[in-house]
Amino acid sequence: MSTQPIPIPPARPGPMNLQSRGMRINTARRTITNHIVSGLAILATLVVLAPLAAILFYLVYKGASSLNLAFFTHVPAPVGETGGGMANSILGSGVILFVASLMGIPVGIAAGVYLAEFGRGKMLANAMRFTADVLNGVPSIVMGIAIYSLVVMPQKHFSALAGGIVLAIMMIPTVTRTTEEMLSTVPRAIREAALGLGVPKWRTVLSVSLRTASPGIITGCMLAFARVAGETAPLLFTAFGNQFWSFKLNEPIAALPLQIFVYAISPYDEWHRLAWAGSLVLIVLIMVSVTLVRIYANRGVLKGGS
Amino acid sequence: MGVGILVENLNAWYGTNHILQDINLHIPANHATALIGPSGCGKSTFVRCLNRMHETNPVARATGVVKMGDLDIYNDASPVEIRRRVGMVFQRPNPFPTMSIYDNVASGLKLNGFRNRRILDETVERSLKQAALWDEVKDDLKKKSGASISGGQQQRMCIARALAVDPEVLLMDEPASALDPVSTSKIEDLIFQLKSQYTIVIVTHNMQQAARVAENTGFFLNGKMVEFDSTHKIFTNPRDKRTEDYITGRFG
Repeated sequence: MSTQPIPIPPARPGPMNLQSRGMRINTARRTITNHIVSGLAILATLVVLAPLAAILFYLVYKGASSLNLAFFTHVPAPVGETGGGMANSILGSGVILFVASLMGIPVGIAAGVYLAEFGRGKMLANAMRFTADVLNGVPSIVMGIAIYSLVVMPQKHFSALAGGIVLAIMMIPTVTRTTEEMLSTVPRAIREAALGLGVPKWRTVLSVSLRTASPGIITGCMLAFARVAGETAPLLFTAFGNQFWSFKLNEPIAALPLQIFVYAISPYDEWHRLAWAGSLVLIVLIMVSVTLVRIYANRGVLKGGS
Repeated sequence: MGVGILVENLNAWYGTNHILQDINLHIPANHATALIGPSGCGKSTFVRCLNRMHETNPVARATGVVKMGDLDIYNDASPVEIRRRVGMVFQRPNPFPTMSIYDNVASGLKLNGFRNRRILDETVERSLKQAALWDEVKDDLKKKSGASISGGQQQRMCIARALAVDPEVLLMDEPASALDPVSTSKIEDLIFQLKSQYTIVIVTHNMQQAARVAENTGFFLNGKMVEFDSTHKIFTNPRDKRTEDYITGRFG
């Protein structure tokens, strides 16, 4: 290393001089523009949040008063009797969503991994991507009819399993596409680090790419879960609904959205109130399960990691 | 211990772009060899051919013979096997962000199914000491993410990670180009110490760096190797006019 002093070039005069009059006007205008754009962004956020908050408040206002212990422990009361609850529907929704997640999430993630890691530029991958996007746009009632003829008809009866299958199929496109998107945000440098250590490709995908992308993939799964948790139409033809307890996968089963639908279109005030309560419970349960998954996924995240 | 590398008629392409043309070279064992040349001349592609990283790009291909000792790396072994024996340090530090410092260093072993805790602990400590990082991180090994330490520390961690799998050859693709002068000098000291045990190939844009760490230097230009000789010869009395022009800063 030389110890000679390094000559420092003088600062450039001219255009960079902020004291000149033209520059000062420009600065004022920029500041105003900045405030206007920030204001618009905040306004847009409020416009988005307002309906959400309104729905939530309205649900609490209409539904909270009908909530009691019986709601969570009793099956629906027969017509003409008061009381009763939606315990069987809460359990039924849980069963259907569990079955749907168990089938839809692994398949969706696996397909996303194929698209991002193995299928770049391949015909099959392009076909899959296109199918997933189309599937995402298919109306849920059409899904219901399709599974009705593919699963319910051959079995000759409605079932929780058929409900799980239809929701799983609805989850797959969202899970697949988010998995693909999230994997493609993992820098190539990180994959190369693993490959360069002599880690086989499958292991690199599993332990490095998927793990690095996992927060985004989990968000995608939760979005898909929350979306199908409230689906009613496809369950009409598959899970069908049930006024009593059902613990078997091959029997018709109750579900919160179905029960809400039945109660909401009924002529009885008592049932209308229960429908509101059911809606509130459905939303709260979705929020709770999404939050629990996030807390569970965030355990063990290291200081300064991502 | 390191092992020498013999390269015969190596050609490499990206799509139809002929990146490397008829490279012939002998890289001696347990020495540092520097590769210099202007951007885009094929230096990086060349080192990526030595551990078969080149072929991870779907449009890339290579022909020719590369021998590590007696092993023909393109015919006698799988890429995965080769990469375990030929470690690589990249231009930018590339820690695994989801892993702790400990797991980053142990990753080469752990991701290949190695589970013995005692040996993992020993290997992590040895590698971090070799990379002159142990004292700085020993208290947060399992607490901090590998991405949370400074850039210079990350790069030394990446060197430790490469050393942990006990390679025979260490390829370094501009390992200090993203670092400040203090970190750079630490990395150079490191190369100086490591070259007694490993065969080191270092790509660099910094000619003083080549002169400081390497016994031999190769000059690449437009996909060809113009000259390969002892570093002293290259920098004082090059045979080729183009080498002289480059090292005296007349182009590039």
